[in-house]
Amino acid sequence: MSFILSHLNYIAVTALMMAGLFIVFSSGNLIKRMIGLAIFQTSTGLFYISLGKVSGGTAAIAVDAASPEGKALAAQVDPAYIAQYGVDGVVYSNPLPHVLILTAIVVGVATLAVGLAIAVRVREAFGTVEADEIEVLSRVESTQQGPQA
Amino acid sequence: MIALPPSFDANLAIDIGLLLMLLAIAGAIVRTRSLLAAIILFSIYSLVSAVWLVVMDAADVAFTEAVVGAGVSTIVLLGAILLTRGEAEKPDWRRLIAPALVCMLVGGLLVYAAMGLPALGDAASPANAYVGRAYLQQTPNDIGIPNVVTAVLSSYRGFDTLGETTVIFAAGVGVALMLGFGPRASLAPPPASVGDQHVVLRVAAKLLIPLIALYALYVQFHGDLGAGGGFQAGVIMAAAIILHALVFGLRETMAAVPPKVARSVAALGVLLFAGVGVVCLMNGGGFLDYDYLFAPSVEKQIPGWLLGDPDHAHHWGQHFGILTIEFGVLLTVSAVMVTIFYGFAGRTVDVARDEARR
Amino acid sequence: MADVLSWIGGGFVVAGVLLSVLGAVGVLRFPDVYTRIHAASITDTGGTSLVVLGLCLISGLSLVTLKLVFVWVFIMLTTPVAANALANAAFSSGHKPRVGTFQIMRTDERRKTPRGTDES
Repeated sequence: MSFILSHLNYIAVTALMMAGLFIVFSSGNLIKRMIGLAIFQTSTGLFYISLGKVSGGTAAIAVDAASPEGKALAAQVDPAYIAQYGVDGVVYSNPLPHVLILTAIVVGVATLAVGLAIAVRVREAFGTVEADEIEVLSRVESTQQGPQA
Repeated sequence: MIALPPSFDANLAIDIGLLLMLLAIAGAIVRTRSLLAAIILFSIYSLVSAVWLVVMDAADVAFTEAVVGAGVSTIVLLGAILLTRGEAEKPDWRRLIAPALVCMLVGGLLVYAAMGLPALGDAASPANAYVGRAYLQQTPNDIGIPNVVTAVLSSYRGFDTLGETTVIFAAGVGVALMLGFGPRASLAPPPASVGDQHVVLRVAAKLLIPLIALYALYVQFHGDLGAGGGFQAGVIMAAAIILHALVFGLRETMAAVPPKVARSVAALGVLLFAGVGVVCLMNGGGFLDYDYLFAPSVEKQIPGWLLGDPDHAHHWGQHFGILTIEFGVLLTVSAVMVTIFYGFAGRTVDVARDEARR
Repeated sequence: MADVLSWIGGGFVVAGVLLSVLGAVGVLRFPDVYTRIHAASITDTGGTSLVVLGLCLISGLSLVTLKLVFVWVFIMLTTPVAANALANAAFSSGHKPRVGTFQIMRTDERRKTPRGTDES
């Protein structure tokens, strides 16, 4: 049971990833697919952050162990634990995944914007954003018109 | 093996509760057909994951997710459905079988693989014990700023951040090429007949927009000491400009922040970032090695009382390097978000004008 | 003294949370757009104010309290304005407030008018 509890984060994140993937596969609407893709992207971010969490740790901003804040943090944790895993008397969570995901989020919204811009242009070219109808229309177009000017 | 501290359970309970909420929201997004509902639900999803990120001690990331997910992402999606359609077609249930099977299979494989991962919060896991710990230990010596995330982002992994900034710039260029650069300010429609209907919104916006811009600058320069940095500040600044456009009309905002200026500022940000790297190269160090940002002749002129500990003189180069590149990131991110907004908002003007012409 | 203040602060936080939950229940149960906006905005502002007050009491006199006061001012500026904008948008798009007493509909009547489409 405790094994499941300690790995529950990963299972939940996988479920979120699959929800996003399901939206991408099953929905015909281009915009809904972009939303599904965005859910997929943010859930991988959640996965990284879960990996970087250290129990009893705090955010990776240097705290003076002698300050009242540092003492309050130290009071919650076993001193031997701090001695083994802490840095200068305070236990921190791993900052590296935070760095990776921070930029990934902003890049994610930028690529979302590019995808939506493509969807807008597709709508203007074909009159619809449903993938099925676009497929039919583009097939009709390619058999009728031949090479574009 | 040291036992986990007892405070783990309260954190775990909140963590599981929030994940369940996220799952419920994702389920609702899967089921809904209305795209407006899906967008609002996605905005709520971002906010709840921002809260979850705080529980996971990721202050900077929570900041970014809250601003980006609940702010710019929602605006861009709303702009997209304004230009396309607000409802999705109902998929035939037979279509859903194959995707559901694939998702269950892949999900099952991922869960099976996840069973081999270290337990949540394990301080001795390979991820947390080696490189992560080394960064925490080395930052006071090498860089000397309290926020380790900013130190890693701007200095240790500065090259990656340059790449990400360039990707954001490229995305802005892509959107501008596809959706147009936004109409010239004179061609945007004049603001709708200004009745007293929106007076509350206008007054509040006039109060808030300068405060939001000021807050963006605070976040920018406070990124060394606490949560913050260039990415968050850039998005907050863009949010202030977008708020102005939403309340006062696109024409006013384009007069205040012309699209040409936005594009130039975006390029200037990337130039600044790469330029700092080149200056370090010219002074004899590696690309983006801020220890060499100041030529030795300049460093000799820094007065002793300002320098502090002579052992840590290179901290000056680090601080200035980080400040400058974070400023470059602020410029690029805010300008790109504004360009993207102009692309979407300007397109409605183009579409309306084309349709009127027909 | 600080301990007593912490407990009182905790009480305020719990009260604020309960108020927000009540607001959520109101949004789901109220019949009409305008009443829902009323429920959401009042409880939202009140609940958040109570939570901020509680957190201020817990943190005592420090920089955190000052930042919390700024957050409170910002929320008092934005949430009512958002409610106003929402009501404005509802009115402009033609929603008329449903006037009259709210009667519990019979079950078969209920099925004819599914939720979400019964705005008059």
